[in-house]
Amino acid sequence: MANAQRINPLDDRVYGGNGVTLTPVEAMERISLRAEDKAVASLGKAIGFSLPKKAGTTVTKGSVTALWIGPDEWLILGVEGSDLEAKLNKVKTGLYSAVAVNHRNTAMTVSGAKAINALNSGCPRDLSLEAFPIDGCGRTIIGKAEVVLWRTAADTFHVEVWRSFSDYVWKYLVDSARSA
Amino acid sequence: MLLIHCPYCEKDLPETEFHGEGEAHIERPTNMADISDEAFEKFFFIRENQKGVLFERWRHLHGCGRFFNAVRHSVSDKFIKTYKARQEKPKLTKKEIDAVLPPAKSTPANEPIYADAVKGKK
Repeated sequence: MANAQRINPLDDRVYGGNGVTLTPVEAMERISLRAEDKAVASLGKAIGFSLPKKAGTTVTKGSVTALWIGPDEWLILGVEGSDLEAKLNKVKTGLYSAVAVNHRNTAMTVSGAKAINALNSGCPRDLSLEAFPIDGCGRTIIGKAEVVLWRTAADTFHVEVWRSFSDYVWKYLVDSARSA
Repeated sequence: MLLIHCPYCEKDLPETEFHGEGEAHIERPTNMADISDEAFEKFFFIRENQKGVLFERWRHLHGCGRFFNAVRHSVSDKFIKTYKARQEKPKLTKKEIDAVLPPAKSTPANEPIYADAVKGKK
């Protein structure tokens, strides 16, 4: 019997030029977490670090990162095999919902001296270092698609996007990069 | 670009991330089945929609996703303040309102709107 093969929607794509590099991010574990205050401490313990409480911040430990999305919402990213869903769902305190969205999202890295120009052609946020510091994150839009931006370095952004929008966002960014 | 302060994200963020959701502080009757048709109409359909200072619900739709309330002048489109959902309607000072009033004298293209707004204030 043939094995089912996972296909990443951005497989085999690469773009580089004009000060912007676009790279697809390999498959990850992703958790969409909603939780009431009572559950937050235990959920933090389950993944080994406390979840960010301050708006627009991230906390990283090892290969797992928690991104603040809303006052009771986090996006948790980890390498495959982190087993995040099972770890989180062992928590018995408070009300929460930890759902694996590994394949709902895909991601790309936008980097280079003109990365901000490329992103800002479709994203209205202020991406200067003062307004959007390193390790900062936020849900916003690029063109017509909703994305989560996470700044991993001064000139590098991790762009989380829903799988079905990824082709649109990729092409949008390539187009912007050419004129960045 | 119009920037709106999200009380949850604690930042001024671009308008495109937000969505207006109509008038704020409308209380849903607890005895919905018993109220008269007139009372239901008033609760369900009748809105102030005036030219001037409005209390509105907004949602940071493409951001933290939260609903919050805002005070905005519907002619100048300037926000006086935003505050978290469930908080009391804030009392506004004259200074705060004066700061968002549209200019009394304006370019000819804007005249009809501004003339009405100024008349309505009296």
